[in-house]
Amino acid sequence: MTQAPHLNRREVVTALLAGRSDLLVVAGLGATAWDVASVADHPLDFPLWGAMGGAAMVGLGLAFAQPSRKVLVITGDGEILMGMGSLATIAAQRPRNLRVVVMDNECYAETGLQRTHTAFGADIAAIALACGFPHARTAREADEIEPLREDIHQLDDLFLAVIKVAPTDYPKALPPRDGAYLKNRMRAALLGPQAVFE
Amino acid sequence: MRQNRSDLARHWAHDIYEVFRAQGVSMVSYVPDAGHVDLIKLCEADDRMRAVSLTSEEEGVAFAAGAYLGGKRAALLMQSSGVGNCINMLSLIKTCQLPFLTLVTMRGEFGEFNPWQIPMGQATPVVLSAIGLIVYRVDAPNEVRDVLEAAVSLAFGSYCGVAVLLSQRLIGTKRFVEEK
Repeated sequence: MTQAPHLNRREVVTALLAGRSDLLVVAGLGATAWDVASVADHPLDFPLWGAMGGAAMVGLGLAFAQPSRKVLVITGDGEILMGMGSLATIAAQRPRNLRVVVMDNECYAETGLQRTHTAFGADIAAIALACGFPHARTAREADEIEPLREDIHQLDDLFLAVIKVAPTDYPKALPPRDGAYLKNRMRAALLGPQAVFE
Repeated sequence: MRQNRSDLARHWAHDIYEVFRAQGVSMVSYVPDAGHVDLIKLCEADDRMRAVSLTSEEEGVAFAAGAYLGGKRAALLMQSSGVGNCINMLSLIKTCQLPFLTLVTMRGEFGEFNPWQIPMGQATPVVLSAIGLIVYRVDAPNEVRDVLEAAVSLAFGSYCGVAVLLSQRLIGTKRFVEEK
């Protein structure tokens, strides 16, 4: 019997984003977007306030448009379960600059802690491998986070990592919620100030 | 007199492809439909374009959003039956004022044989409008190029979502029994 998830999601996300340099980040709606915002309100972050199930595919589009940049999709277990087909789509394309991290607390924390399918055994890393991801793994312990951070910033291949985290509710750290602002801010930071004149 | 539908289809698919090339649409994502077969082939044969097969249509909405954030233009190709799958994801387009272009091959309308296509086909223009897209419709092959050019300009020039419905009359009604 595996232990209940115990990692602190805020500490994990802070560690993963350390030394992020020009990493592009798409954060799935809910707690994961708040985690990313708790580290910094960064212009190369695109936090989603809706579009549930779409985070990984936003990441694929970004990864194809910017093949020289690393793109991190960081999202929750509920969000990725809603877009599970996108794992097959992404594996078929195998973009080497895309990485998907799933913060898996085994519940829908935003809506009252109802259990997700991962609480009953759905294994998102195994699903990714079965879809054709070249690498996927599940981390449960603190000493697995630094190697994962290195892979996010350095590995030249597609991968997915599930991190089992405690279903603790942290104080909200909200990113800007104006979508047009988030769009223009990311494009200006990534493509240069002329991007908003296009 | 039966028209030669395959010749017509080849003609307007080329028009769409040429507008994509001229206006910098360099990625397409799709759930295949018989009406899109020539366009998909043209895009897949061009190594300057990227064609991405999807498991479900809403993936293509999110994909186009990401492509635009990264400075590229993408279009979503689908059949009308896939439109319903996209509705909540299209809130991304409206909320973020993202340019978005989708080409929808229509079923469930002109001369449809399959009753299961009717509900989504008839709902397609209504629900696309309801979620905030501007909807164009093409019935004749000689209108395809003009409408596509306008749709691309509108979407990427005015930061909005545009759907071009390629009507069943344009594509040719699917036949399950060959005519004698």
